[in-house]
Amino acid sequence: MARSTFDIRALPGFATIAMICFALLYIPILTLVVYAFNEGNSVAIWQGFSLRWFRQAWNNQQVIDASIRSIQIASVAAVIATVAATMAAIATTRTRPYRGLTFKYAFINQPLMIPEIVTAVALLIVFARIKVATGYSGLGYLIAAHTAFCIPFAYLPIRARLESMDLTLETAAADLYATPWKVFTRVTLPLLWPGIIAGLMLAFVISLDDVVITEFVKSGGQDTLPTYMLGQLRRVVTPEMNAISTVFLAISILIVTVFFFISRRRT
Amino acid sequence: MTTAAEIAARAEKDDIRKRWLLSTPALVIIFLAGIGPLLVVLIYSFLTPGPYGDVRWQFSTDAWVGVFLQRDIFDDTLGIADAHLSIFLRSVWLSFLTTILTLIVGFPTAYFIATRSEKTQALWLFLITIPFWTNLLIRTFAVQEVIRNEGLLNSLLVWSGIVSAPVQILYTDWAIALGMIYVYLPLMVLPLYASMEKLDFRLVEAGYDLYATRLQVLRRIIIPLVKPGIIAGSILVFIPSLGAYVTPRVLGGGKQMMLGNLIELQFGAGRNWPLGAALALTLTVLVTVALLFYVRYAAQGDRRHG
Repeated sequence: MARSTFDIRALPGFATIAMICFALLYIPILTLVVYAFNEGNSVAIWQGFSLRWFRQAWNNQQVIDASIRSIQIASVAAVIATVAATMAAIATTRTRPYRGLTFKYAFINQPLMIPEIVTAVALLIVFARIKVATGYSGLGYLIAAHTAFCIPFAYLPIRARLESMDLTLETAAADLYATPWKVFTRVTLPLLWPGIIAGLMLAFVISLDDVVITEFVKSGGQDTLPTYMLGQLRRVVTPEMNAISTVFLAISILIVTVFFFISRRRT
Repeated sequence: MTTAAEIAARAEKDDIRKRWLLSTPALVIIFLAGIGPLLVVLIYSFLTPGPYGDVRWQFSTDAWVGVFLQRDIFDDTLGIADAHLSIFLRSVWLSFLTTILTLIVGFPTAYFIATRSEKTQALWLFLITIPFWTNLLIRTFAVQEVIRNEGLLNSLLVWSGIVSAPVQILYTDWAIALGMIYVYLPLMVLPLYASMEKLDFRLVEAGYDLYATRLQVLRRIIIPLVKPGIIAGSILVFIPSLGAYVTPRVLGGGKQMMLGNLIELQFGAGRNWPLGAALALTLTVLVTVALLFYVRYAAQGDRRHG
């Protein structure tokens, strides 16, 4: 009887450690955000509230250019990656098991298994050759690289959605003489949308976040926002960096929140 | 006249065509920008460095020898490359430390989340996910702000009287470890949570009924049952730690290097691309070994606990 006085699930101290863990996760981020609004030049001494660093970042042409470039690359790479990933997800879930399926899984998820720095130097070597051979030095290299490492991130939620979808609807449509294309556009695709949107957003955020591969693959004057920031971190850091980070953070949180609600609706 | 067998055969053929045609774009892109370049790295690791970076097309195993050994400039004998070895050891040691510490902090956190009511679980998970999807560089920069000499941590230490003057934390191994723990912690908590969520608490109850203490229940029931999550989390933290590049660069200040920075150095100022290629492949092998270890161990864990 005495045993019923404690919650069998609780373990002493675990809740405390969890609270400390959450506090520690958010303290650095909050510090970063708070000092973005600092009036003074310092990232350590508070001198009153001001939006001057946001204004400065907004008027910094390099920051604007890098942001636009980031969004361009992420949009194109995420769209291509999502289309390729959707097709691949259908090819790996809507068939009977066959030889080569496991191999295909491994192949598609390969970018997740190799350390980023290794992929980065590998692409540096190959793209340097292609640059010399063709003379082309546009954003194509960055888009190709981003597309490749975004594919598994788009693939995973789409495949998960396809696997949890009821096959009977598609079979019923086929039984009613719908062509495979009609089955896809009228039945599969509408049911699959949440997975595709989730995959697209994941791919977009992953591309927007990338520092390492972009740093190695980019040509001169092709900074994205993260590589611009990486370059700035070597110099004296002003709250302008905090302001840029804060805006970036707000956008990421917005995307993740939308993603969170979309993926929750499916259950 | 078409028989049922012919229709089935045609369907089968369509099926095969579909499964390969549809996956072709993804496979081609990943081959061109993923696996293909890795093969080129393998070739480069057996070439001779060019004078201004790049390579000369002349076969050589110098790069592979240079990964662990160095030629003495005076008597031309081979010795162990101390600089490389210390960076290897630092990478493995810091990754190991990061894994252990994220496990110590992450285990209770995941357990806490898994034992909340279903609605609150979603909220706590969301709070773990936000930092996870926040840009790695921004998170590293945030850690730098906190641990710098005039930062929050040192201000607190001085204010509370624990130390009289700010301690140098930034640009040390501790800074790298702290930064990696911070950025990889969600990677530990999420798989731990996934396996704890499935934990059957009737077993815990049975343990208490048989007069087990809390520590015994934790050690003999909970930990063995969530072992797959522990292994998955450890691998997910260990692997990116081993190849970390941004965190050591920002928090180690270029003095305290890890393998990722050493590889970069060979492609930049070092101008020894074959050595960089050989080091990159060594890192890949280390990561693959860790993955294989995981696959073997995880499979065993599954067998034992159904």
